[in-house]
Amino acid sequence: MIHTLLLTVGDDFWSSIFNFDNYGELLVLLRNSIIAGAILGIVGGLISVFVMARDMAFAVHGISELSFAGASAGLLLGVGVVEGSLVGSLVAALLIGVLGVRARDRNSIIAVLMPFGLGLGILCLALYSGRASNKFGLLTGQIVAVDNPRLNSLIVICVIVVIGLLLSWRPLLFASTDPQVAAGRGVPVGIVSLVFMVLLGLTVAVSVQIVGSLLVLAILVTPAAAALRVSSSPVVVPLLSMAFGVTAMVGGIMIALGTSIPISPYVTTISFLIYVVCRIVGAGRERRGWAGRQPAAMLTR
Amino acid sequence: MTSTRSLLLWVADSPASAAQGPTGDTTPAGPVLSVEGAGIQFGERSLWGDLSFGITPGEFVAVLGANGSGKTTLLKAILGQQPLSHGQIRFLGEPVHHGNRLIGYVPQQKLADAATPLRARDLVALGVDGHRWGIPLPSRSRRQKVDDILTDIGAMSYANAPLSILSGGEQQRLRVGQALAGDPRLVLCDEPLLSLDLSHQRSISELINNQRNARGFGVLFVTHDINPILGMVDRVLYLAGGQFRMGTPDEVFQTSVLTELYGSEVEVFRSNGRVIVVGATDADHHHHPTEGEP
Repeated sequence: MIHTLLLTVGDDFWSSIFNFDNYGELLVLLRNSIIAGAILGIVGGLISVFVMARDMAFAVHGISELSFAGASAGLLLGVGVVEGSLVGSLVAALLIGVLGVRARDRNSIIAVLMPFGLGLGILCLALYSGRASNKFGLLTGQIVAVDNPRLNSLIVICVIVVIGLLLSWRPLLFASTDPQVAAGRGVPVGIVSLVFMVLLGLTVAVSVQIVGSLLVLAILVTPAAAALRVSSSPVVVPLLSMAFGVTAMVGGIMIALGTSIPISPYVTTISFLIYVVCRIVGAGRERRGWAGRQPAAMLTR
Repeated sequence: MTSTRSLLLWVADSPASAAQGPTGDTTPAGPVLSVEGAGIQFGERSLWGDLSFGITPGEFVAVLGANGSGKTTLLKAILGQQPLSHGQIRFLGEPVHHGNRLIGYVPQQKLADAATPLRARDLVALGVDGHRWGIPLPSRSRRQKVDDILTDIGAMSYANAPLSILSGGEQQRLRVGQALAGDPRLVLCDEPLLSLDLSHQRSISELINNQRNARGFGVLFVTHDINPILGMVDRVLYLAGGQFRMGTPDEVFQTSVLTELYGSEVEVFRSNGRVIVVGATDADHHHHPTEGEP
């Protein structure tokens, strides 16, 4: 009796969240969002490899808060959210890149910038008298609102980022692993790291508009963090990371379509689950001994 | 003081260099590296001045000195990353410049963490073409080159293992391999043995020594402890208080020489073929007598 009662309550509860009627029509309506999600998954997955290798997770968070400030200011001043968030991101990324060459300096600079950006953003939103959903969206994402011009600007920026990353791939990898040795071999370490910061700033700016500034870590850090649990190959890790990013983004949007909840919880949950699975797989691999090391080496180690 | 210096000073131009690499390199070419009256000043403070020495092909030179005596700055100057206040440094007869790929560089041991998307072979591959733009395209010659180096440095058995699970000694072995990848004529080592245990200290220094014998490159090896490489070095450059002494280990590691260099009482002991320097400011803890025997 009680059991059936609970079941009915549960049923109501779940059906109020999930409703996959007219799913096909919705899918067409949200075509732009799905394309945007897929592109963002690819770019996020790719750049997250370097975010991890350069230990920049905290920087991503810092840049996203200043991007939020920029977007809010853009909203308030009527300049546009996209433009505002781009300016905010790039300023933050360059500041962190120029002032925070050493990891210790970097963390303190980010910690100083981040609350300032967040506060500035909140101020702008408080002064803004337009629709409230616009405000909330900057923090938690608003994938439904991807219109054609916005999709186009997203595609252009993402293409720039991908080309930039592919061109600077090897020097960036070298400089991220061993900056001194890379410099000795003629890699312009300073320039490479500034270029990376600009690319990261661009990526954060587009991500903030889609998934919101509070959640960018889920697509700019988690995919590579997960991939690195199961592989260390410089070829496999980026490919896996991109696959994870696309899965989280597109999967999250697809599920969100049939529900009354915003997309971000789905994206972050899928992203998190992928990470958990990778950790478990990675732990198993470690127990059995990593591939690539022959038994003889284990003895002499 | 002047007499000691002129005795020990090995000037690049003087061809009567006593120290010749054990390879007995027959290349008639001059020194791979010649430092000519070089000096670096930061404001009022002179790090070192009038530094002159050369390294012939296949020669192993150790650089010792107190903390802050400018050992690492010397390496940076040779790499063209630190401008000199006066004098000049020539590599293969040309003034040094930034990013010369014929100079290999082995850094201090820095453990790679799990966030590094590299396997052992990938670290070596960065030494082959890590400075080039773009993504690496699969190429048989690149792979062959990396395999050859991995074989040379005895790292083939863990070639495909993630860098982050390898021990400090194994990672350092790979960094030596990375430095070899550019077919260097000179290899600079910046405290490569730091934080390695004694057996790895020995195996890494032997690796560097064997490779310089096989390939005939010069070695400039910055270290705070001469003992792991004592049997290998041809000459020692000792920096302290803006001055320097250079000569064979027997010439430099003498109580009178180091006392004069430091300007304070320093004692040099020898026991079981090990050299122990006691009382050197800033450097005493490096040469602490309790340092373990292998």
